[in-house]
Amino acid sequence: MSKFILLLHEDPATFAGMSPEEMQRIVGVYRAWKESLIAKGKLHGAHKLKDEGGKRLSRQSDRLSVADGPYAEAKDVLGGLFVIEAATYDDAVGIASECPHLRYGEIELREVDEYQPPAR
Amino acid sequence: MTDDVPALIGHLFRHQAGRLTSWLVRVLGPARFDLAEDAVQFAMVQALRTWPFHGVPVRPDAWLAQVARNRALELVRSARSSDARAMAAIEAQPPHVDPDAGALHGEVRDESLALVFACCHPIVPHASRVALTLNVVGGFGAAEIARALLAEPGAVAQRLVRAKRLLAEREVCFEVPGGVELRERLDAVLEVVYLVFNEGYEASRGDAWIREDLVAEALRLVELVVADEALATPKAHALAALLYLLAARLPGRLGEEGTILLLEEQDRARWDRRAIARGMRHLERAARGDELSTYHVQASIAAEHAAAPSFEDTDWPRIVGLYDELALVDPSPVVALNRAVAIAMADGAAAGLTAVERIGATGELRAYVPRLAVEGELLRRLGCYAEAAARFARAASLPCSDPQRRFLEARRDECTARAPDDRAD
Repeated sequence: MSKFILLLHEDPATFAGMSPEEMQRIVGVYRAWKESLIAKGKLHGAHKLKDEGGKRLSRQSDRLSVADGPYAEAKDVLGGLFVIEAATYDDAVGIASECPHLRYGEIELREVDEYQPPAR
Repeated sequence: MTDDVPALIGHLFRHQAGRLTSWLVRVLGPARFDLAEDAVQFAMVQALRTWPFHGVPVRPDAWLAQVARNRALELVRSARSSDARAMAAIEAQPPHVDPDAGALHGEVRDESLALVFACCHPIVPHASRVALTLNVVGGFGAAEIARALLAEPGAVAQRLVRAKRLLAEREVCFEVPGGVELRERLDAVLEVVYLVFNEGYEASRGDAWIREDLVAEALRLVELVVADEALATPKAHALAALLYLLAARLPGRLGEEGTILLLEEQDRARWDRRAIARGMRHLERAARGDELSTYHVQASIAAEHAAAPSFEDTDWPRIVGLYDELALVDPSPVVALNRAVAIAMADGAAAGLTAVERIGATGELRAYVPRLAVEGELLRRLGCYAEAAARFARAASLPCSDPQRRFLEARRDECTARAPDDRAD
């Protein structure tokens, strides 16, 4: 079993046209999706990221630069992430494809590269 | 916060959207209608973006109210003409919390009613009132309203924007009017509630879940009205009676596989007895006065059906009499058609057919699905199968809902099969 990270990207503009009923329905689907993962012991973490206060750090020669951003007004916002467990990339894709986030955003799926001693 | 709370109840978001908007508009004034809506939409979006990670809060209604209030404050603060008075007004508001979600408590009720009256204000074009009420009070989105009213989503959205701009520009007061104005304004509200119900009840089109929601929304609105002492006029009670008595039949109206059952085919044991009892109570209270509205007569007809043990044992002559009354109060081809159906039951199919023919067939009514269906049905009972089949075929070729079409086609096929061969064209 490996750990995978689902990075949830969204474009805030897509929310504008949603009705309350639709939003409530998606919240309900989300709940069902998470519960089934929890029941199978496959959910390891769920983290919402704060919209404001993000920083980008870089160092050029000796100068540290700390810039604000990204901003919530951006077209692509990283809203949060889930950590799940799956046997293979295909399994992880299967789980992610059921995630209701896909109704209004993209999911970036990455496998955690756990430490393994180098092969002899 | 936990995921152990039960799933969100009913239409929490939708109902909360209406309540929170009315609350904020009342606090901020009608000119800030936009701002109130933005704040409420923001709260819903935040819920959608947050709850998947944190779980649904124990008090989702309070959570939404708090976020909407904070956002409204933020928006007022950042507005170009930052308004100290509006800011103070909203800061003075305690977070708006409804102790029992779903229950109607004084203040919430007043706010919702105020909003209903604003949506049905005389400056709002007649054609926009239903959509506006569904949107603002009911929390339905433009696309959902478009599906329910069989309109273009873009056109509905535009109509909503225009109507809201009117409300804001003319600074329509969001309050239940008093005095002489009340009666007229109440009539407009009752009419919109009636239309919302009909859109849901007629089942002629649209998605099933939206139709059920419209019926539920109409019942919720009429409850709001009759729960208010000043508004609980005999006419309002008559409307409540009508809606409950009709809604009571809904569980018996659809057969297996979603076919539509006629009144005579319905299993009356499936009718909602509690809704009937409520309807009857409202009808009693509607009789306290000398007013006779279309709702009074329609409710009396519905009450006759609700009280009858079976289709055959219905007091048809009395129902014909009530339709005669209705034709005086509220004359329309639809009423005349229903009257003809009652005559067919009281005096036989031939008499009914004569009554239908007497209605005349001006363009609109000739291509009217219910008329063709009634003619087909009466011809079928008279054994004129070929003519009946032609009527059903014509009706099925016109726009109608899927269950309706299945019903018409089944009748068409049955009559075609029974028609003599020489007329099988």
